[in-house]
Amino acid sequence: MSAPDEKPKGRKWAIWLPLVLFGGFFVLVMNGLIRPAARDVESAMVGKPLPEFALPAATPDLPGLATADFKQGEPRLLNVFASWCVPCAAEAPQLDELRRVQVPIDGVAIRDREQDIARFLARYGNPFASIGKDDISEVQLGIGSSGVPETFVIDGNGIIRYQHIGPIMEGDVKTILVEFDKAREPL
Amino acid sequence: MIAEAGLALLWFAAAMALLQLFAAIMALRGGEGSSEYAGVVRPSAIVQGPLVALSFLMLMWLFIRTDLSVLLVAANSHSAKPFIFKLAGTWGNHEGSMLLWVTVMALSGSLVALVERRLPERTMIATLAAQAFVSLGFYAFLLFSSNPFERLPTPVPEGNGLNPLLQDIGLAFHPPTLYIGYVGLSVAFSFAVGALLTREVGPAFARAMRPWVLGSWIFLTIGITAGSYWAYYELGWGGWWFWDPVENASLMPWLAATALLHSASVLASRDALRTWTIMLGVVAFSMSMVGTFLVRSGILTSVHAFAVDPERGTFILALLTIYIGGALTLFGARASTVSEGKQFSLVSREAGLVFNNVMLSAILGIVLLGTLYPLLTEAFDTKVSVGPPYFNPVGAMFAIPMIVVMAVGPLLRWRRDSFDRIAKALILPAVLTAALLAGAVLLAPGIGLLPLLGLGLSLGLGVASILPLLGRDLRRTPLPTWGMVFGHLGLAVALFGMASESAFSTEKLVAANVGDVVEVGPWSIELTAIEPVAGPNWTALEATMTARYEDGAPVTLHPQSRNFTQPPQTTSESALSTRWNGQLYAVVGEEGLDGRWQLRLWWKPFVPMIWLGGLLIAFGGALSLLGRVLGDIRRGYQRRRIAMRRDERPHSRAVPEPAE
Amino acid sequence: MTRLIAFLALLLAAPVMAQDQLPPAPYAYRQLEDPAQEEKAQALMETLRCLKCQSQSIADSDASMAGDMRNQVRQRIKAGEEPEAIRAWLVERYGDYVSYKPELTTLTWPLFAAPLVLLLLALLLLRKRFVRRPDAPAGEQA
Repeated sequence: MSAPDEKPKGRKWAIWLPLVLFGGFFVLVMNGLIRPAARDVESAMVGKPLPEFALPAATPDLPGLATADFKQGEPRLLNVFASWCVPCAAEAPQLDELRRVQVPIDGVAIRDREQDIARFLARYGNPFASIGKDDISEVQLGIGSSGVPETFVIDGNGIIRYQHIGPIMEGDVKTILVEFDKAREPL
Repeated sequence: MIAEAGLALLWFAAAMALLQLFAAIMALRGGEGSSEYAGVVRPSAIVQGPLVALSFLMLMWLFIRTDLSVLLVAANSHSAKPFIFKLAGTWGNHEGSMLLWVTVMALSGSLVALVERRLPERTMIATLAAQAFVSLGFYAFLLFSSNPFERLPTPVPEGNGLNPLLQDIGLAFHPPTLYIGYVGLSVAFSFAVGALLTREVGPAFARAMRPWVLGSWIFLTIGITAGSYWAYYELGWGGWWFWDPVENASLMPWLAATALLHSASVLASRDALRTWTIMLGVVAFSMSMVGTFLVRSGILTSVHAFAVDPERGTFILALLTIYIGGALTLFGARASTVSEGKQFSLVSREAGLVFNNVMLSAILGIVLLGTLYPLLTEAFDTKVSVGPPYFNPVGAMFAIPMIVVMAVGPLLRWRRDSFDRIAKALILPAVLTAALLAGAVLLAPGIGLLPLLGLGLSLGLGVASILPLLGRDLRRTPLPTWGMVFGHLGLAVALFGMASESAFSTEKLVAANVGDVVEVGPWSIELTAIEPVAGPNWTALEATMTARYEDGAPVTLHPQSRNFTQPPQTTSESALSTRWNGQLYAVVGEEGLDGRWQLRLWWKPFVPMIWLGGLLIAFGGALSLLGRVLGDIRRGYQRRRIAMRRDERPHSRAVPEPAE
Repeated sequence: MTRLIAFLALLLAAPVMAQDQLPPAPYAYRQLEDPAQEEKAQALMETLRCLKCQSQSIADSDASMAGDMRNQVRQRIKAGEEPEAIRAWLVERYGDYVSYKPELTTLTWPLFAAPLVLLLLALLLLRKRFVRRPDAPAGEQA
C-alpha cells in the first residue's frame, strides 16, 4: 500500500477545488466579521408614499392620525413608539429638542393602553402633535417598521423620505434635521 | 485553590501537547536520536487525557459548589438552581463547553496513542503530530481567550442564572453529545493528515480511522435527534426542524461523516476511493469547525445561539484557517501522488456507495451554500433569508435518488454484479412503494408532492433494508451487517415520520373556558383546570387537560406557561401524549380579556418515528462499532498468536492476513 | 458610542424586560373558519420571517409583532387575497429578508444554479469513474 507505481491521469485542478472553495469561505466570513451587517431591518418603503390609514386617538387630549395629515404641504416626523418600550423613554429628550425647533412630530403608539400612554407622556414629556393608536401593528407593518422606536421623515406630499431605526440619540438629532430640511424639497 | 489547580493542570497538558508535537516532528525528520524522540510521542499524548479530565472535574466541582468568586460560575449559575442544572451549567456556556471539547479531545488522543498499533509507526507518529497540532490550537484558545477559571476581584452575592430555555434535561446533555461527535471527527482528521504525510493511504488507514468516524457519527446522530426533539417540545409550536443556521451547523458534519463512513468502508474492504476518503476526512472535521464557528461567532442570526462573541469567532476562524487551509494545501500537494486504488464496474456495491457519497456531498453543498448565502448578500448590502422553501425541494432533489440507490446498494456484490440477480428481491419494495403512492393519491389527494414521495420511499426503503438478511443464518450474520440493516431501517422509519407529520398533522388554536371540550383529529380534549404551581426557580400556570382518543381511556396532560425569575423569561412547557400511531401536543398560552385561555393543540400522526428512526440509526452505528472493535480485538489476538508461533519456528515466513 | 451600544442592547433585550399588556390581535392565535383558507395561511406563515426574533418564522413565534403579522396574513387570506400577493406586499415593505423563500434575482441566482452545477459535477465525477477507457484503467476522483 506504500508509494503506488501507477500515477492517476486525472486533472490536477480538481484536487485544488476544495482549497479554492475554502478560500472563498474564508473571504466571505472575514468580510462578515470585519464589516458585520447591521441587525436592523430597513424599511423598503423609503421613497414611497405612506399607505392609507386612519388611526383613532390614543389619548383624549390629542387627535388621532390619518394619512391625510401628512399631505398638508409641510414635512413631519412620524415616531413609532410604545409606553412599554424602554429605549422609547431614552429618546424623549431628543424628541423634545426637535419639537422646540419647530419640527412637527406625530406618534403611532404600538399595542398600547390609554392609561399607560398618559403615564408615559406625563413622565417623559409630550412632543407629539397627535398620536394614533395602532393595536394590531397595522401602520407599523404598512410602513415597513420592524420595531419600536423608529422615526420616519414624511414630506409634504405624504412620501416617506427617511427612516431612523432605534432611539434618537443626541448625535442623531442633526441628521434628522438635515433629512427634515431635505424633505422640504419634493422628490 | 481549586480554580488555580484546574488552570495549572490545563497549562501542564498544553505543555505536554507541545512536547508531543515537537518530539513527533523530530522523529519524523529522522536522523540522530529520532527513535528516542519517537518514544516520547505516545506517552506525552497518553498523559494529556487524565490531566485535562481532572481540570474539567475541578470546574464541575466549582459549579456544584456555586463558587461565586469564579467569574464563569457567577455569570452562569445560581445557588437556587437544581443540582442537575448546576452540573450541566459547567458546559452550558462558552468557556466550559470549550473545556469539555478539549477534555474529550485529550481523552481521545490518549486512547489513540494507547491502543492503535496497526498502522506503521511512522504514520502513527505523523497522526499524533497532527493531533497535537490541533489540540494546541484549542489549548491556546482556552488559555489565552476563554479561561474558564478566571477569578472575580470580589465574589458576588448571587449568580446570574442559566438561560431558562437551557434548563431542560434534554438540552443539558445535547451539546456535549454533539461535541463528542465533533471531536471524534478531529481524530479522523488527524488520521487523514498522518496518512497523507507518510503516503500510507490504504485499507489499514481506513480500518484505523473507521471506529473513530463511527463513534463520532453515532454521537452526532444522537445529538441531532435530541436537539430536534428538544426544539419540538420546548419551543412550543410543534416544529421539529427549522433549517436554522445552528441546526444546519450540526447537520453538515453529520452529512460529511455519513459519507466518510461509507467511503472508509469501501477503502477498508476494497482498497478503492483513496483520495476521496482522505478528502472527506478533512471535510468532515472542517464542517465541525465551520459549525462551531458559525454558532459561536454570531455571524448568522439564529434562534439557538447562546454563546455569541465576535472575538471568539475570530479565534475559531484563525484555527479553522490554519487546520483546514493547511490540510487542504497538503491534500492538493499530495493527493495526486496517491493512486485511486482498485477499479469496479457500474453495477457493484462500490458504485452504489460512490453514488450515495456524491449525493450526500451535494446535499452538504446545498446546506452549506444556503446557510452562508445571507452572509454573501450582506456583503452586497442586501438582506435575504433562505429557509424551508429552498432547502426542502433542493435537498429532496438529491435525497430521493440517494434513497432509491440506498434500497438497492446493499443487495449488490462488491466489484461486479448484475441487476438481473437482485431484480426478484426488489419486486416487493417496488410494488409496495407504488401501491402506497397510488393509495395515497386516491384516498388523500391533498398531500404535497414531497410528503407523498417520502411516504412511498420510506416504505420501499424500510422493506429493502431488511432484504440483506434474507437467506442468511442470522446467528452468523456479522454485527456490522446488522448495523447497516438497522441504520438503513432507521432512516426509513425517520423518513416515514417526517412525511407523515408533514402530510397528516392537524392543528387547533382556540380560546377555551375551563370545562370546554376541543376536538383535534381523533382526540377530544377537555380543559379541566388551570392552577398556579411553583418550581425551584420558576412559577407557572398549569393547565389540566383530560384527553380521550376516540372512545379510549382518558389521559391527563399538564402543559404550563412558566415564568422564570432569574433571569426573567417566560417559556411554554408543552405536554405530550404519545400513542403507537402519533402524538398529541398541547400548549397553554395567555389568558384573554374574556377569561378564556389560549390553547394550541396538535395531533401529529407517527411523529415520534422521526426520533425513533434517529435512535435506530445510532443503534445501527453502535452495532457496527461493536462488531468492528470486537473484530479488531480478535484479529490482534490472532496476530499475536501467529507471531508467537513464528518465533518458535523461525523458518516459516507466511503470515496469513486475517480476513476482513 | 458605548451608550448607543448599551441602548441597542436594551432594545434587543426589550422583549424580555417589557412586554405590551394588550390582548393579541384577533387572528394572532385564532384559525380562519374555512380550513382551506387556514391551510393556505399556515403554509404562507411558515415561510415568513419574524422580524423581531432571531431566526424564526411567524408561525413559530410568541413575539407580539409575529402575532400581528399572523393576524395580517389571516385577514388578507380571508379577504380573498392570494398568498403570493401577501408575500409580495410584505417584501415591498421589508425587502426580501422577510421571506424565507428566496426570489430569483441578480443577487440570488447562484442559489438556484448551485443544484445544477452540483448535478453536472456529480455526473462528471461519476462518468469518469465508470466509463472504461482501455488505455487508462485507473479513474479518478476529485
